[in-house]
Parts: sequence; C-alpha cells; structure tokens
Amino acid sequence: MKVNFKIWRQDNTKSKGEFKDYQVDGINEDMSLLEAIDYLNEKIVLEGDKVVAVDYDCREGICGQCGIFVNGRAHGPHDNVTTCQVHMRSFEDGQTVVLEPWRAKAFPIVKDLVVDRSAFDRIIRKGGFINAGTGSAPEANSILVGKKEADMAMDAAACIGCGACVATCKNSSASLFTAAKINHLDHLPQGRIESRERTLSMVGQMELEDFGACSFTGGCEVECPQSISISEIARMNNLFMKAIIKKA
Amino acid sequence: MDQLNSKVPEGKLEDKWDIYQANSKLINPANKRKLNIIVVGSGLAGAGAASTLAELGYHVDCFCYQDSPRRAHSVAAQGGINASKNYQHDGDSVWRMFYDTLKGGDFRSREANVYRLAQLSAPLIDHFAAQGVPFAREYGGVLSNRSFGGVQVERTFYARGQTGQQLLVAAYSQLSKMVEAKKVTMYTRHEMLELVVIDGKARGIITRDLITGEIKAHNAHAVVLATGGYSRVFRLSTLAIGCNGSAIWKAHKKGALFAAPSFTQIHPTALPQSSDSQSKLTLMSESLRNDGRIWVPKDKDDKRPAAEIAEKDRDYYLERRYPSFGNLAPRDISSRAAKERIDRGHGVGPLQNAVYLDFKDAIDRLGLQTIKDRYGNLFSMYKKITGIDAYEQPMLISPAAHFSMGGLWVDYELMTSINGLYAIGEANYSDHGANRLGANSLLQASIDGYFILPNTINDYLAGIIREDVPAIDHPEFKMAIRDVNEQIEKVLKINGSKTVDHFHRELGLVMWKECAMSRNQEGLKKAILKIKDIKADFWKHVKVTGHDREFNQELEKALRLADFLELAILMCEDALQRDESCGAHFREEFQSSEGEALRDDENYAYVSAWKYLGEDRFELVKEMLTFEYVKPTVRSYK
Repeated sequence: MKVNFKIWRQDNTKSKGEFKDYQVDGINEDMSLLEAIDYLNEKIVLEGDKVVAVDYDCREGICGQCGIFVNGRAHGPHDNVTTCQVHMRSFEDGQTVVLEPWRAKAFPIVKDLVVDRSAFDRIIRKGGFINAGTGSAPEANSILVGKKEADMAMDAAACIGCGACVATCKNSSASLFTAAKINHLDHLPQGRIESRERTLSMVGQMELEDFGACSFTGGCEVECPQSISISEIARMNNLFMKAIIKKA
Repeated sequence: MDQLNSKVPEGKLEDKWDIYQANSKLINPANKRKLNIIVVGSGLAGAGAASTLAELGYHVDCFCYQDSPRRAHSVAAQGGINASKNYQHDGDSVWRMFYDTLKGGDFRSREANVYRLAQLSAPLIDHFAAQGVPFAREYGGVLSNRSFGGVQVERTFYARGQTGQQLLVAAYSQLSKMVEAKKVTMYTRHEMLELVVIDGKARGIITRDLITGEIKAHNAHAVVLATGGYSRVFRLSTLAIGCNGSAIWKAHKKGALFAAPSFTQIHPTALPQSSDSQSKLTLMSESLRNDGRIWVPKDKDDKRPAAEIAEKDRDYYLERRYPSFGNLAPRDISSRAAKERIDRGHGVGPLQNAVYLDFKDAIDRLGLQTIKDRYGNLFSMYKKITGIDAYEQPMLISPAAHFSMGGLWVDYELMTSINGLYAIGEANYSDHGANRLGANSLLQASIDGYFILPNTINDYLAGIIREDVPAIDHPEFKMAIRDVNEQIEKVLKINGSKTVDHFHRELGLVMWKECAMSRNQEGLKKAILKIKDIKADFWKHVKVTGHDREFNQELEKALRLADFLELAILMCEDALQRDESCGAHFREEFQSSEGEALRDDENYAYVSAWKYLGEDRFELVKEMLTFEYVKPTVRSYK
C-alpha cells in the first residue's frame, strides 16, 4: 500500500520544527506503524538524509518508550494501545498519516518525534516507592492482601509511563500517571503506611513541573494503553484532600 | 592460560553461601561513602544492584540507554518468578528447585551457584512483596502460584501477565528513592562504548550521551555490567530493539572471558514471523502452556481450518513424545519438537511456519471466565497483533530467539576474569547452564543484583580501598576516548550504499539458519565464512547519515551491529567446538535414533570460556565442572 506521511521534523529542543511530506510506496498492511517508519528511514538513509528520530524499545506494548501523536490521537487510531501496537492495516491505501511528537510543555521535544519525559521520573522520586531497604522484608505471607484489594492495586500499577495521558489532555495534566502510582501503593497495607506524605509530595512535584490541572474530560482513559480508569484521579483527589485536612 | 578459579567456598553445598558471607571482608560505613561504583544497565539486575549498593552507603553512577530506567527489557517478562516457598505444599524445597534448575540446564552449570539461586529465591519474594509488587493473591489474602515448564510443582509467583514490569517498576522505584537521596547519579540515554582497565583492574567506562553525542569518561572503584542478553544478534528475536551485546563485548576485548556464547534459548511460544519487514517477534508467555495444548495436523496436506480437524487427525506431539511433562516440556525440547514438525511440512498458518496452541479443552474444563482471569491480557495482546480471537480459534505460535544463557564468565562472586569488573543478570554465564527454565530469569537477575553482588563486592573493595582511583585524564582514559572517537569516525566516513538494517538482516538469516535450534559442523564452518564476508562488506559499504554530535539512531544501530558481527563469529566457534548436544545446543551429529540430544559428560562437562586474542581469533579455556551432589543423568522428560 501507499501512504503519505506528514512528519514533524525538528533538529533539537531549541530549533524550530516543521512538517515534511514523505510519499512511501510498498508498505504492507501487516507492518506495524514503527516498522513502516523503519522502512521509510532506510529509504531516507539511501537518499543521504537524516533519519526520522522516533522512540521505541520493546515493541510489544509494555516498556512505554514509544509514543507518537498519529492523525491527532495519542498512540494512533485505536483506543488503549501503544504506538508499537498500531498496524498499517488500520489505515487506508493512499491515506495521509500525520505524525507528531507528544505536545506538552512538560515534555520538551528532543528531536523530531522524540520527547523528554523525565518529569515523570522526578514525580516518582518524590515518594513513588515504599521505604523498605533490601534485607528488611518480613515473610511474604505475613502481609495478607485480599484478592479484591490486590486486583485494584494491580489495575493502578499497570501504568507503563508512556505519557499518552498527558499528550491527549487539553491541559497536559499528569493526573492519571500520578494517581496510578499513589493508588497502587495505597491499596496495599505495606504501602498505606506512608500514603499521606506520598500523596502530598508527589502531587506537589506534579504541580512544580509544567503539567496542567485535570478537568475530568476523560480523554486520558481512552488513550491509556493499560486502560487505567479516570476514577483513579478521583481517588487520588480524595486522598489528597484527606491528607491536607490531617496536615492542617 | 591459568586454570580458571571459580572461588567456590569449601563446605557442604547448603552451607557454602553462609560460609562465604562469614568469611568475606566488610567495609565500614564511613569508608563506603568514599567509594564509587559504576553500574551499567538499569533492569532488574542493574537497578537492584544500584539501589542496594546505594543503601549500603556507596555512591553509584548508573547508566541506561533508554529515556528512563523503567524501560529496561526486564519489563517484558510476562509469566512469573520462581521461588521455593512450598506455599502449595506440593513437595517443593530448595533442593528440588536446585535439582530442577541444574537438570533443566543439562548439567552445564556450577552446583554451588545453582544451589545459592534456589536458596535465595524465597527471601526474594519477601523482598518484592515488601516493595509493593501486586502479586496475584488467593481470596484469603495469601500469595498465588502457578506451574511452569520443566517443573512438576507450582512455585511460580506472578502479577497478571506483567510480572517483569511489576518487578522492574519496584526496582525502578527503589532506585528513584536513592537518586532522590543523591546516592545514585542516574545517566539516562547514555551508552557505554568502552571499558577502561588500568594495571589489570577495571577503573571506568567511556560513554556516549545519545542526545548530544558527547563522549565522556567515568571512573570508579569497580564496574558492574548488567547489560542483559544479546539475542538481537539474530535480528528477529523477542528482545527490545535496543538490546545489544556491546558492553560485554567491549569488556571481552579488554580481557574478560566470554563463556558459552553459543548457548541461546529459542523460546517455543512466540508469534510467527509474518513478513520480511518485521522487526521483532512478540513473545506469548510460556504460562499459556499450562492450559493450552500444542498440536499440528497429522497429515501435512490437511489444509482444513483447525476447528474442522477431528481429534483423531491431530498430533499432540509434545504429549506423544514426552508423556510425563507433555505441554510443559522445557523450552529447548519444545522448540526443537516444533521445528521438527514444521521442517517436515506439518507447519500451519499462512507461511506454514507455526503450530497450534489450543485452549478449547481448557475452556470446556475450567470455563471461559477462568481462562480469561488467567490469561486475559495475553489473549487481548494476541488479538491486537494478529486480529484473531484466541478464545474462538487456536493461537499460532512459533519458536523465536530469546534468552542468552551465555555471557561473561564469572566466578562465585560474580566477578569476571578482570579484577573489579562484575557481570550480573543475563549479561553473565552463571546459573542456567545450557538451558534456562521459565520464570528463572527474573529470579537470577534480581538475586544477582539485590543479594549476591552487594555481598561479594565488599571483599574486592576492601582490598583496594587505599588505592586512589586514576583520574579521568589518565592516559588510559584518554586512549579509550580516542579509540571510541576513531570507531565512530570510521563508521560515519564510509558513506556506502547499504543500510545498517540490510546488514543486520543478512547476519540474522545466517545465525538463525546455522546457529540456532540445531547446528552441524559443516553449517557452522560456512556460517563463519559468511559472517566474515558480511562484516567486510559492512566496513566497506555501510551508509550512516547524520553526524556524531547529535541524536543519531542510525549511528547507535551501526555501532551495535559492528559488535554483533564480531560476537556472531565467536558464537559459531563455540558451537563448533562442542561435539555433543546439551540443552539448547543441539548438534545434529550427536542425537539418538529417536532424535533426542546425546550429551557427552566424559569430554564436555566444562564451561567453555573464550579469551580474545585479536581480530576474530579466540582461545578456548575450560572450567571443568564437577558434580558432587547430583549425578548427571540423561535429561529425560518422557
């Protein structure tokens, strides 16, 4: 099949970017979108130009490193998948496919389609863990966790840190990401001990970064590759309010 | 060459680790603060080691090529992690786990190492539970288990189909805590391009900042490589696209022995290749074999859809050949059995390169909901990729290159043959022998990183604590930087007519054909010549655009491939010298009349460790394996 790629090209964080058109013939529909970009990049190399920079690693939807805005949607035309799980059969022959990087002030563009998501790492550093050093653990079955609670912890813990929630949000809010980690640990007895401080500190860091506030439009849960529910945000807000009241 | 010293402590098998710990040197906390350790890689082994070393008081510089440490490929392990907790009361014990692992590895690993792995498995589950890993639970709140290939007890702990991700996120969280505490300096998007050895001791590394292209030297009291496996040498594999062998290969060229490079695990349950443009093969967790039954049509010309093929016309070949383990036969055996059927024309799917993995009987027996609970995310992943609903029709699966049992040779302390250079996790050759059992890789990576290395590294550091670490303007560092720059310049200057991927595809085809599931002398000899040709062609005709002082993914790929082209030759040499079949290493000349592997303990009960002599020249050094506690037997799963 033939595809007209319209791709954002930008040399580095400081330079100005622009869209460039690439007519690509000979794509087969079983290729993943990233494989189609590989294919395009081989052609670009042979023509002597610089390849389109794009992030990826595992290519099976779990590492969270890939992420492109495709035709105006984070991770492409389907709900709840990563970019690497989009196949060319999702597009029509001859279609124009627009590829852009995540657009968010907190995610500066590194090059072309690659962005810097280190703001997520900084949020995790502010408490996205349990303070228990190696060697200090009690016998695993001495901490009982009911199946329902464990399942809810797992639902939240499934976050892969890709940033689609931020990219799709009109306010570039990182609420779903932050809520997922806060709730994952709060559902577990071993994590609940530090829950209050964690919630205040992680939300505080989220606000220091250039993320916007959540206005509950729900776009994030549609694009989240792990289908993390927007109700996680409500739960985080609840924990946050309680923590503030306790602190006061 | 001196005989290799494995440094296994004296004493009874079950006491060795205690004896080691009781006798190894310690460092007082005030002195630990003055010591700097480099950890390359941030997967389970790397992040586990970096955070634990930092907790102990050392300063750590940790490096990863991804944009965040949480992306490391440990993230992709789906099925689970083994531990001999015996929570199921089904006869498990440290001894049984030790025995299963040693046998699973076809008696090509050290008894003492394997025993320690089993011994430390139970406290590791305690550790991860305390870190908040949301393991699967029973209604009463206790931990759940399931079974896995090569084993007859239920000792696998899991978190849905995302066990690797959950363990890695726990390790990343602990690492993040130590970054915040300023005990770890984290370098993301940095790739190690050279090791610096001064007076026989590892003293630092040279890295490239993948965003700016800056080449920089880093010095330390010790260097730990936790850089994972190298199965991307086959190009099509279950690994992440960035996984590479460069760090351990550079270390090898600087004097670290490379052990059993040809021992590569071919995983039996990946999705089949569907086109030439494919960049990777997606793994479907082996846990699916707990409830799925593997079969092909008895008649190779039977082209009916699976559902129309009657029971009597199906060949459940694993159940037929290995009745006591059936669909849970170990990976090497299952992969080879699939290859045997496919090669004989019984393959199914559009390219006839797959076998069926069928859940119909399990759904009838357990109900649809139970299957959904157990494997729901795997079934939905299968649907996303193939567009097929596996609740309705059987999955198509096929073998794919997966785990590297081989890696840098390490002693009982996980130190390589270079003083002060350690290799942990998949980057080393230690516990798995010639074949790794399912759910043992997360285990080994974690145990190396959290429990073993932080206990053994003190012994070395205590000996060098009074030495100053050479500064980064030491001539050896300068020379290493010059070498790195020269290599980069050389690649960029060629400006040929073929892409990096073109050469990688060529290499992958040769390796998959001659050095994967089955090998023979003639094929391996031919492969070596072919790889040398590809390598020569690469250095004449590769085209890499862009320059070195920018984010340049083509350059990254080219540098990694240049190392793979050298490593591939050693893999073939290693397969060639081993005139026996063991584990994943199946030499066609050495098989029984029924097609089973013929091991030769009299002549090959050793670990092959290779010394680098110069371009494409290697010397074989042998670490003889002695078995005091388990008598090697024919590895039968019949």
